[in-house]
Amino acid sequence: MAVDGVTLEVAAGEVHALIGPNGAGKTTLIGQISGSLPSDEGQIFFLENEITRAKQHERVSAGLARSYQITSIFKRFSVLENLALAVQARSGSSFSFWRPLAQEAALFDEARSIADQVGLSHKIASSGLSLAHGEQRALEVGLALATRPKLVLLDEPMAGMGPEDARRTIELIGRIRAQVTVLLVEHDMDAVFRLADRISVMVAGRLIATDSPEEIRMNEEVRKAYLGDELAA
Amino acid sequence: MKKIVILAIVACAFPLAMHALDQGFYISFATRVLIYAMAAASLNLVLGYGGMVSFGHAAFFGAGAYIVGILTFEGVTSAWLTWPAAVAVAALAALVIGALSLRTRGVYFIMITLAFAQMMYYIFVSMKAYGGDDGLSLPRRSSLGFGVDLRNDFAWYYVVLFLLMIILYLLHRLVHSRFGRVIEAIRENETRAAAIGYPVYRYQLACFVISGAIAGLAGALIANQTSYVSPAILHWVQSGTLMIMVILGGVGRFWGGPAGAAVLLTLEEVFSGSKLLGPYALHWQLPVGVILLAVVLFAPRGIAGAFAKRPQ
Repeated sequence: MAVDGVTLEVAAGEVHALIGPNGAGKTTLIGQISGSLPSDEGQIFFLENEITRAKQHERVSAGLARSYQITSIFKRFSVLENLALAVQARSGSSFSFWRPLAQEAALFDEARSIADQVGLSHKIASSGLSLAHGEQRALEVGLALATRPKLVLLDEPMAGMGPEDARRTIELIGRIRAQVTVLLVEHDMDAVFRLADRISVMVAGRLIATDSPEEIRMNEEVRKAYLGDELAA
Repeated sequence: MKKIVILAIVACAFPLAMHALDQGFYISFATRVLIYAMAAASLNLVLGYGGMVSFGHAAFFGAGAYIVGILTFEGVTSAWLTWPAAVAVAALAALVIGALSLRTRGVYFIMITLAFAQMMYYIFVSMKAYGGDDGLSLPRRSSLGFGVDLRNDFAWYYVVLFLLMIILYLLHRLVHSRFGRVIEAIRENETRAAAIGYPVYRYQLACFVISGAIAGLAGALIANQTSYVSPAILHWVQSGTLMIMVILGGVGRFWGGPAGAAVLLTLEEVFSGSKLLGPYALHWQLPVGVILLAVVLFAPRGIAGAFAKRPQ
């Protein structure tokens, strides 16, 4: 069982980090919360409503979006087309067969402002394929933000990034936290302890602790299971 | 835009030129090309734009043809009744087959669409009242009214051309609309399309039904074209032929379907006639196959892709 008896509460407005060794079930949990993976047991609530059995697109329109650890973008679309597509999903019906998409200036204007937010305004016309790794990661997060979520699940946004890109991503999360609640899965402990209001630690499918960064740092069990080496440095 | 106007003028002038040259046969051949262009364009919508590799498109093409055949046989000849009926039945078939098939992916989707089409094939083989294996001869072409006689090859050609132009215009609007962007996005990355809030299944099913409806219209036309329908029109070889047209013309290219239909049927015509190959014309599939291989190897984006300005 990848996720077992987890009780996780993310408070509105916080940056909540979810850490734990590889294979602990963090990505599985993200999948269950976002609706791409079914849950055998338990319940999921979002803004007072139970969403355990809600479809993924219903959760997205309620304001719950995710990004992926392994970059998942529309590679043959341009940056602008990628972001406009995500904006389109929440603005009006897309069962529209007649009116040319290119005339919908509002979609593209908003896509531009999101590109600006994630630092891709200079790459707006480039295809996803032609972006550098760090830029693809930025687009990855941008796609989630473009759905205008109330809670965004960021699955290792800094995966594979160099220090410069990682710094930019930390800044980005620092900027968006005013508008959106963040559940952040991340291995970069520097980022986690800089950003998180609270941290939950997951080991072998179970949550072993949820607390403030200071308390987590001191927690014996957490040190033993996961943090030990990384905090010794 | 200029190219399209030229293309339209050529298509309009073609029968007149053939008539002047006393080559009336080619008017009928060209009509067949136009009908297959419509069928291939419909397949290209699901296969090329939607990324759904339907290996059973003959089911909808054939359903449309059989509806016209059966209704004509039963004495209903007005095109205003039989053609919409063909479209409606084909759309309904696409709705049912699509609703079930779209729960699978990849090779399973290919196989299940193929299986459904073969089921339809055997249903019509077993319908003895409508000719069974031997097929059904239509006593006459559908009647259109307004003093247009579809038995006249000129009139028939222009009616088909007119319908093809309308369908291509509708498809052009569709692939550039919001809906068109969404189905392409689902083809590119289904997981992410769902993750940014699109109900993938609904969009794919709508696309499948639209495509099936257009294939049904093409089927209605082909029944009139040949004045004959038989189960062969639903056979998997027919699905394969449509697929070859799309691949040859350019998968996911707007002109892919029409270009592929025109080239494949022309090749077939050239190599199966005895003028060029004499007694060897019997083996026309061989040279056609070699040319197909060459296109796939040297112009993998298809004929329409080779002419396009930017890679897509």
